[in-house]
Amino acid sequence: MPGELATLVAGVPPLLASHLALVLVSLAIALAIGLPLAVVLAHRPRAAGPVLTIAGAIQTVPGLALLALMVPVLAASHGLGIGLSSFGFAPAVIALTLYAVLPILRNAITGLRGVDAATVEAARGIGMAPRQVLRLVELPLAAPVIAAGIRTASVWTVGAATLATPIGQPCLGNYIFAGLQTRNWAKLLIGVLVAAALALILDAILAATERAVSRRPRGSVAAPGAVLALLVIVILGVLPRLPAGTRAAAPAHAVAAAADRAVVTRIKLGAKTFTEQYILAELLRARLAGRGVAADVVESLGSNVVYEALRHGDLDAYVDYSGTLWTSQLGRDRGAPRWQILSEVEGHLARDHVRSLGALGFQNAYALAVRRDTASRLGVRGLDDLAPHAAQLALGGDYEFLSRREWASVRAAYGLGFGRATSFDPALLYEAVARGEVDAISAFTSDGRIAAYDLVVLDDPLAVLPSYDAMILLGARVADDPGVLCALAPLAGALPVELIRHANLMVDRDHASPAAAAAWLAANATITERCASAPAASSR
Amino acid sequence: MIDLVEISKRYGGDGTAWAVDGATLAVGAGELVALVGESGSGKTTLLKMINRLIEPDRGTVRVNGRDVRGVDPVALRRTMGYVIQQAGLLPHLSVADNVATVPRLLGWSRAELDRRVDELLALVGLPAATYRTRFPDQLSGGQRQRVGVARALAARPAVLLLDEPFGALDPLTRVALQAELRRIHQELGLTTILVTHDLVEALTLADRVVVMCEGRVRQIATPRALLAAPADDYVARLVGVVRAHAAELHALAAPAVPDAG
Repeated sequence: MPGELATLVAGVPPLLASHLALVLVSLAIALAIGLPLAVVLAHRPRAAGPVLTIAGAIQTVPGLALLALMVPVLAASHGLGIGLSSFGFAPAVIALTLYAVLPILRNAITGLRGVDAATVEAARGIGMAPRQVLRLVELPLAAPVIAAGIRTASVWTVGAATLATPIGQPCLGNYIFAGLQTRNWAKLLIGVLVAAALALILDAILAATERAVSRRPRGSVAAPGAVLALLVIVILGVLPRLPAGTRAAAPAHAVAAAADRAVVTRIKLGAKTFTEQYILAELLRARLAGRGVAADVVESLGSNVVYEALRHGDLDAYVDYSGTLWTSQLGRDRGAPRWQILSEVEGHLARDHVRSLGALGFQNAYALAVRRDTASRLGVRGLDDLAPHAAQLALGGDYEFLSRREWASVRAAYGLGFGRATSFDPALLYEAVARGEVDAISAFTSDGRIAAYDLVVLDDPLAVLPSYDAMILLGARVADDPGVLCALAPLAGALPVELIRHANLMVDRDHASPAAAAAWLAANATITERCASAPAASSR
Repeated sequence: MIDLVEISKRYGGDGTAWAVDGATLAVGAGELVALVGESGSGKTTLLKMINRLIEPDRGTVRVNGRDVRGVDPVALRRTMGYVIQQAGLLPHLSVADNVATVPRLLGWSRAELDRRVDELLALVGLPAATYRTRFPDQLSGGQRQRVGVARALAARPAVLLLDEPFGALDPLTRVALQAELRRIHQELGLTTILVTHDLVEALTLADRVVVMCEGRVRQIATPRALLAAPADDYVARLVGVVRAHAAELHALAAPAVPDAG
């Protein structure tokens, strides 16, 4: 346990550095926009009203939504010839900047308007030009209120920046998202505490700077100024050494040995926000390391973000599910035979210059599950048997399921009118059905807890739900790389659902690390190597 | 030196009300003129039209024969000292920095600034060693006003404009500062225009008094002439109040007469 904690703590500095960089860059841009705008608007109430309303409206957009919104906005801007990546740093900075502008703008306007009119008139009367009045009188006198706005913005930004993880920007949110998903409370707590500490420290530094600057000039501006300068230097020092992802694992000698064989020596892997994805990313990373390819994992990505990132080359590989692509990329709302889904999805991927390495061998499908005793008491085996009993039963679904197209199709096809339908956090869903708080739940078929709680997955005889074959997707940069293909292609067909369930359970129930679960998978799966020999085989 | 010719200023949007209505006044070099009137009489507006803090709607302001409309307002103001009620010092700057404001904007050297600040603080009766580094909130009202005068005189203006400079001071401080103003006015050969609502202050301090009411100039006269011959009822009533006070004070100050009987 102390060893695990040490590993967790050791992972903090790079995340902290990129978090801080994200916050400081966003704040700097927000200041560069907010302060001049406030100066222009302070004495123009007619123009200030609408601008403040717009800034206030932006603020009411939930942070996660605003960040996620920047991805399609920036992707669309590619068409206009604006070359900003729609993944990672750029969209995160834009969203956080929009967030930070309001408190800065509002306080600066309030502060400037609050400056005593007689003092300003006296300053004009003795012969200060308008710019001098602003610089020598209005700004210094409004400084405490302006500074309070900057402090508010900085605390908000530190908090909101944790939501940058799902759009591919490493930050302290990585620990929070991953900790939540894999029930690693130590990891979650470290992420939260470090973020809170960062907010407090930043606030304290700003408060000290404010105290030093606002009164008695030429006093001790030096001390907090130096601290701030030091921070900036630290960030600038750490930042370049950060890979855009988080961790690099391949041993250096392996990279060196492989350098002359493989064109690609370092790739970026993506992972969505649930346990299975973390485990698979670790598995891919270990396999790649064995072939001398270093991999950075960008984890906890939003489902909508990750495919676009692959398509635009911001990521090189990740695992997706045929049914997800079928509904989200092909826009289908009805299931189809498994082979048809696979072939149509593959066709779509090819048009996007994305390469699929084929199905891994298991599905992670949406399905309805009930307790074994419920199934036998009601005599149900499939969804078609459930219809007559549904009115007496309660259904639990994860946040998404009850509003997804899949559920609407199932309900219509089988005439399922449940007496009650409730949303739960996925973590609580299995427990809820096991304890009898609900009778049926939406389950993921590869979730180990189906077996752990002895649940029965109901058949879908009308094949309404699509199939969700897990498949490794490769971006154009690595699609033909022999090292990458030697490492990853053998996984196709090698992972039956029983193995995945067990691996998921190791993390979800037994609190093993995703890396340990991945190692267990690699040891227990039947993987047929297709390349002659693995150079400098990693022993990890 | 300063000529106001038929100047008027509307206020409000409708243009029916006049803050200043056709005022004409000629102030000679070295003269100390007091503008006196109730609040709303237009005296402050008139003063601010001299240094272009307010632009007249009609009429002409000339300084040394030159129409001020042809002079950059910032440059114009730097040639005229300006003092307002409660001084209007910049609260975030020390006394020295407040006094040195205009010379610094004019680009004086550090040494010149230091020398000038010491000189001015001595002139207004504040020892530089004690007061240079103080901040406005560490000064009494009278001390603040002295610093305000020092600041106004920093760039050696020939004209000094004061808007109710002694309005918020206690009587002893006020009398002391009035005397100082008169001394400085004469010592530096200034042309001074003082706005006040206090007729006694105007009469005892000024070479000439301008009485204003409802935007109009009612009388321009020396204190003696004003007391002797008020131009109209309004001025007569004002003078009457001052005379009545003087008589009451005189009676109070006279030795007590024993009661008859």
